[in-house]
Amino acid sequence: MSGTILELVGLSKSFGGVAAVSNVDLQLRAGEVVGLIGPNGAGKTTLVNLVTGVLRASSGRVIYKGEDVSGQKPHEAARRGMARTFQIVQPFPDMNVLDNVAAGALFGGGEKNLAAAREAAFEHLRFVGIDHVAEKQASALTLAHRKRMELAKSLAMNPTVLMLDEVNAGLNSGEIEGAMQLIRDIAGRGTTILIIEHLMKVMLGVSERIVVLHHGELIASGTPNEVVNDPRVIEAYLGQKYAAQARELTDG
Amino acid sequence: MARVGYLLLAVWFVVLAVMPFYAENYIVRICIVIAMYSALAYSWNVIGGFAGYPSFSTAAFFGLGAYIGGIAQNAGLSMPLAWLLATLGVGLFAFGLGSILLRLRGHYFAIGSIVVVEVCRLVISAWSDVTGGGSGLNIPILRWAPEEVLAFFLWVMLGLFALSFIMNWLVAGRPLGFGLRCIRQNEEAAAMVGINTSGYKLAGFVLSALLCGTVGAAYASWVGYIDPSESFNIIMTLKVPVMVMLGGAGTLIGPALGAGGFIILEELFWSSYLNWNRAMLGGMIVILIFFLPGGLLNFSLRKLLGRVNALFAAGGGR
Repeated sequence: MSGTILELVGLSKSFGGVAAVSNVDLQLRAGEVVGLIGPNGAGKTTLVNLVTGVLRASSGRVIYKGEDVSGQKPHEAARRGMARTFQIVQPFPDMNVLDNVAAGALFGGGEKNLAAAREAAFEHLRFVGIDHVAEKQASALTLAHRKRMELAKSLAMNPTVLMLDEVNAGLNSGEIEGAMQLIRDIAGRGTTILIIEHLMKVMLGVSERIVVLHHGELIASGTPNEVVNDPRVIEAYLGQKYAAQARELTDG
Repeated sequence: MARVGYLLLAVWFVVLAVMPFYAENYIVRICIVIAMYSALAYSWNVIGGFAGYPSFSTAAFFGLGAYIGGIAQNAGLSMPLAWLLATLGVGLFAFGLGSILLRLRGHYFAIGSIVVVEVCRLVISAWSDVTGGGSGLNIPILRWAPEEVLAFFLWVMLGLFALSFIMNWLVAGRPLGFGLRCIRQNEEAAAMVGINTSGYKLAGFVLSALLCGTVGAAYASWVGYIDPSESFNIIMTLKVPVMVMLGGAGTLIGPALGAGGFIILEELFWSSYLNWNRAMLGGMIVILIFFLPGGLLNFSLRKLLGRVNALFAAGGGR
């Protein structure tokens, strides 16, 4: 748990006049698992898009391993070791599952050729537990398997920082247990993880630290326990009126 | 299955190559056209098939190649050198053009690429000091017997056909081909796994242009006279993608199958139904889109019947 691996400094993005992300300062330490929560439309996915170069920040900087990487292209982010999964799964639909993951190993993971990439891909499929569907076409998979494939694809890129954008959305409770264990296993390898999730069970279960985004601003940061009891966080999720009622209830 | 395809392709290639020894000049001419369009089709396959970018710039590359080669030959360069110059010139042109054009996607890219053909035609027509303008350009022809000339250009075009196939084969088995296929299926995801999408697309576009330039220059040397409307022909730019789709886009056999099948069909229609030739091209495109979106290589009777049924069911429901 040494130095800072990824640092966001005053990162802002506005679409027209709407500030989707404003002035966010955030540091991820190497090997840390950080949860990012916030109500719908808080700017969580936009933040990931800014870090991975899908969107260009209006102002502010992204610093990765001490190097200013603001303005990088998505493929540069991938090659530097920043991998992400998409909230809406983005497969290569006409390829089989193995080749989907091999794409990650070949281009992001630096495997020398396609054969080596496929070999590595199979290992990752086994790790996430879907090696039995390796030969299936990606478009034929169930949602749970597709999310696993997406995870295997980003793992195949040997990421230093892994950003998981709702990898558990739409899964049933049994599947979620498995997914949580998987995230812990990945963290156990020393990968830094930024996880976005609505399911508090997952967030409280795997995060060492949780940060809260609301209207594009970071409003709280701390251990899971601190954050869920933070009045500003409750207010952000429930609105002022209900937050006040909740306070009265707990105080009285 | 794939091995049978390659074997048939090799047999087809040999049949075309020995044609001058058996057939009359008329047939040999058709074989030259088949070899020429096969090379163009394989070239298009890299950008249109692998990468899924519907390029309609083929005729621009072909025409520029013809003019660069022709002008170079008139300036005293030997024929092979002129062809080489045409290849490199067209490659350079595709590099510059692709850097701009490949920012567009889908329909916008298609329209942008077709406009290039027209712009090239207008520029060449207007620049009469160098190109001869609308009255065309004469190129020194080979002073051999007609049979020898035909055989020579058949083998040249077959050589380009073979080169274009080898280029496809090399690309398909390498990270470039794999990356282009990823781009076709999901460009965002491709960038996110670390593919330099702009670089890959540009490489694909340049590869799809190079041999079109050579083919154009060889064509100019063969016919000895080129003019702007024949060289930058919109029909040619449409035919090549139709051929590849007829055979099976993105495959290694499809372009040869499509080009050969198309030219033979066209020749049959041409000789029997002169006035209906173009209408039949149109009809073929419609049939292709409705019933054979995967090309002849992916033909399956069950799927075809399914499509016919769906079409009639939709019609009956209205």
